[in-house]
Amino acid sequence: MIVQVQLFAAAREQAGTPAAALELPRGAVVADLRRALGEQYPQLRPLLASALFAVNAAYADDQTTLDEQVEIACIPPVSGG
Amino acid sequence: MIELCESPIDVAAVLAAAQSPQAGAVVLFLGTTRQFTDGKETAELKYEAYAKMAMGELQRLAEEARTRWSLVGCAAVHRLGVVPVGEASVAIATSSPHRADAFAAGQWLIDTLKDQAPIWKQECWTDGSREWIHPGAPAESSP
Repeated sequence: MIVQVQLFAAAREQAGTPAAALELPRGAVVADLRRALGEQYPQLRPLLASALFAVNAAYADDQTTLDEQVEIACIPPVSGG
Repeated sequence: MIELCESPIDVAAVLAAAQSPQAGAVVLFLGTTRQFTDGKETAELKYEAYAKMAMGELQRLAEEARTRWSLVGCAAVHRLGVVPVGEASVAIATSSPHRADAFAAGQWLIDTLKDQAPIWKQECWTDGSREWIHPGAPAESSP
């Protein structure tokens, strides 16, 4: 399946795109996504080590299951305020 | 009142949203762009958000604050885009019948927002360099 991952801040700039399309096996979880994103964009690996992921605009954990319908975002460490 | 905005925060409107005849205390917190950090001079800060989720998180934090403290009003506004030195990037107003709850809730809200809301700041230094702030991640900067 193909999933789209929204990227923000340094992750967006390092990848050179605000959204990455990734091919993942059906039933893939967030941990698989993290690995695939690092393979497609090796320059993101240092940041990915401390990034979280959101599924449908809520924080997900590494075991959260993905499908093509969900909205996915990579959330590098936040610094609002 | 929970908002993301791209223009200067209307602080009077944030205060007004929290004020009420039922409240004997109103606490306002403003986070503002600081000129110097560790001896380096900031020209401006630039904020970016995952807006849909940031709005949801701010709503969720406001609701949680209402369950933890006896609040009358609770308002939070975060500015996005460029925030010049001295101007506010975030405003939080809380009100309660007595002051302890408004102070405690305001402190918790800004601390938790900074920790959880999907919002990022980029330092734009006066030497022309820029740096996204990602606490705990390896240092990164680009010209």
